[in-house]
Amino acid sequence: MKQITAVVRPGKLDAVKAALVAIDVVGMTINDVRGFGRQKGQVEIYRGNEFTVDFLSKMRITIVVADDKVEAAITAITEAARTGEIGDGKIFITPVEEVVRIRTGDRGNAAL
Amino acid sequence: MVHVPLAGGGPTPLAVFDRFRTKALAKVQEPELKRYAVMLLAFGAGLLPLMAGGAKAALAKVPTDGADTLLMLMGSALVLLMTPGLAFFYGGFTRAKNVLNTMMMSFFLMGLIGVVWVVVGYSLAFDTGFKSPFIGGLGQMWLNGVGGELGDAPLADGFAISASSFALFQGMFAIITPALISGALVERINFKAWFWFSLLWSLFVYCPMAKMVWGGGYLGPFGEIGAIDFAGGTVVHIAAGVGALVATAIVGPRSTWPDSKRPPHNVPFILLGAGLLWFGWFGFNGASYFAAKGAGFSFLTTTLSASGALLTWCLIEWFRDGKPTAVGAATGAVAGLVGITPAAGFVYMPQALLIGVVTATACYIAVQVKAAIQFDDSLDAYAVHGVGGTVGALLTGALAAPALVPADYFPKSAEILAAGGNGALFVAHVKAVLISYGFVGVGTAVILWIVGAVVGLRVTPEEEERGLDFVAHGEEAYDPMTY
Repeated sequence: MKQITAVVRPGKLDAVKAALVAIDVVGMTINDVRGFGRQKGQVEIYRGNEFTVDFLSKMRITIVVADDKVEAAITAITEAARTGEIGDGKIFITPVEEVVRIRTGDRGNAAL
Repeated sequence: MVHVPLAGGGPTPLAVFDRFRTKALAKVQEPELKRYAVMLLAFGAGLLPLMAGGAKAALAKVPTDGADTLLMLMGSALVLLMTPGLAFFYGGFTRAKNVLNTMMMSFFLMGLIGVVWVVVGYSLAFDTGFKSPFIGGLGQMWLNGVGGELGDAPLADGFAISASSFALFQGMFAIITPALISGALVERINFKAWFWFSLLWSLFVYCPMAKMVWGGGYLGPFGEIGAIDFAGGTVVHIAAGVGALVATAIVGPRSTWPDSKRPPHNVPFILLGAGLLWFGWFGFNGASYFAAKGAGFSFLTTTLSASGALLTWCLIEWFRDGKPTAVGAATGAVAGLVGITPAAGFVYMPQALLIGVVTATACYIAVQVKAAIQFDDSLDAYAVHGVGGTVGALLTGALAAPALVPADYFPKSAEILAAGGNGALFVAHVKAVLISYGFVGVGTAVILWIVGAVVGLRVTPEEEERGLDFVAHGEEAYDPMTY
């Protein structure tokens, strides 16, 4: 099992969710996050004065999938979230030791 | 503001329009056109009932008029709403951790000044006990005797509004004026210092200013200078603006400024606040006409100036930065409302629009200059109210229509206009502005020095970092654990 953490543009959340549901990913957790990468911040103007906003809003999506679904999930997220401009975000893959469904006590792939 | 005379006689407030009508009609020769013009004027200004009267007598004792008094009561409610409106306007600009403190600096004054005004403020501004052109007296403390036993007696000869409605209306102005200053001091001033500062400033700066300009005092149309201020360009906006300027200089910038400037935390609040201010300004300027039949005139000049100023500010941004902003629209509207305040009953529509455009441009430049010299007038209290009030006051002198400044209500000002035209009135307004700057500047500095020595002006840098909502009030506006 792998945990896939994707940081994407907030406006792409719905598209990413739809793409993941289409490949039978049955659950996800999201957070509002802020950060910057190569995009750096953006300049905003209030009353003619410039403010540099360093941390931009992003949406962080966390899912856990069986090993054989990892590539499909990466493809789904990438295709749904890409605009081609700087600031599209990143995907991180990490191994997961165990998963437990609290209601039934199921473990491993059965709990996904 | 139609000024309260100490004594005298004259026509109804609306005779002003009769004169305008006569003058305008004199120029129209063709009978056909004349009939048309009569209809147009009558329709436009809603003056038909008035034309029948049109009497020119001495400022005669008139009975209290229900409609006029109702205008004042409605106007009072509108102006009261400007203070929470201002709280939203200012609150949107600050950081999320300081929004409650910022809003309380305005909102709290509905309590503090609301009491002070009835107890002694009104008397200091409008009583004549001290026989001074600079300060009122103590004879009308607790509004004693205002409007007679039932409160329904007219304000003065020539005025059909009840004295009690006038005292109420004026109280709303007294509340919002110190609140305007708070924009210069947010995110660092100690709330205890704000309590004492606004109390002392109200009594010893605002009340004398109101006396000097509106209470038959030194600066106004019954006094030495003869300046006219319809609804508070000098008394409210120059006073608050200069108070803010001096207070910023004395209190100093926020400890993290300008290194970690933050954009406004809630721009929708700013738009909400500006909208409430505009709404309330119909009372502020509109009801300052003091007569329901003619007040449509000052309502119109007010809203036209605001519209022109909003448009001007956004167009400047569009050309300079490529995009018109919501904050710019809100700021422009407020600047236009400030600019027209001293002029709302003294100019016609083209001049009202011009005042809006010029004031917005001047305030826009002032905001840029303030940023360039890194002066932490945090929410532009001086750059908008001080500069806007000053520009408005000077333009009122330059543009006031003599027909709208009748001699029985504004003797000194009308005399200046008759003798030297708008140039002379402009000079009088320059004098009034300079005297106001001097008086308010010195008064504010002395009060801040006293308050600073007794309770201290600022919170500590650590408290600034923590956020004043928690430090001053033990509250947070937005609880991250709400579920």
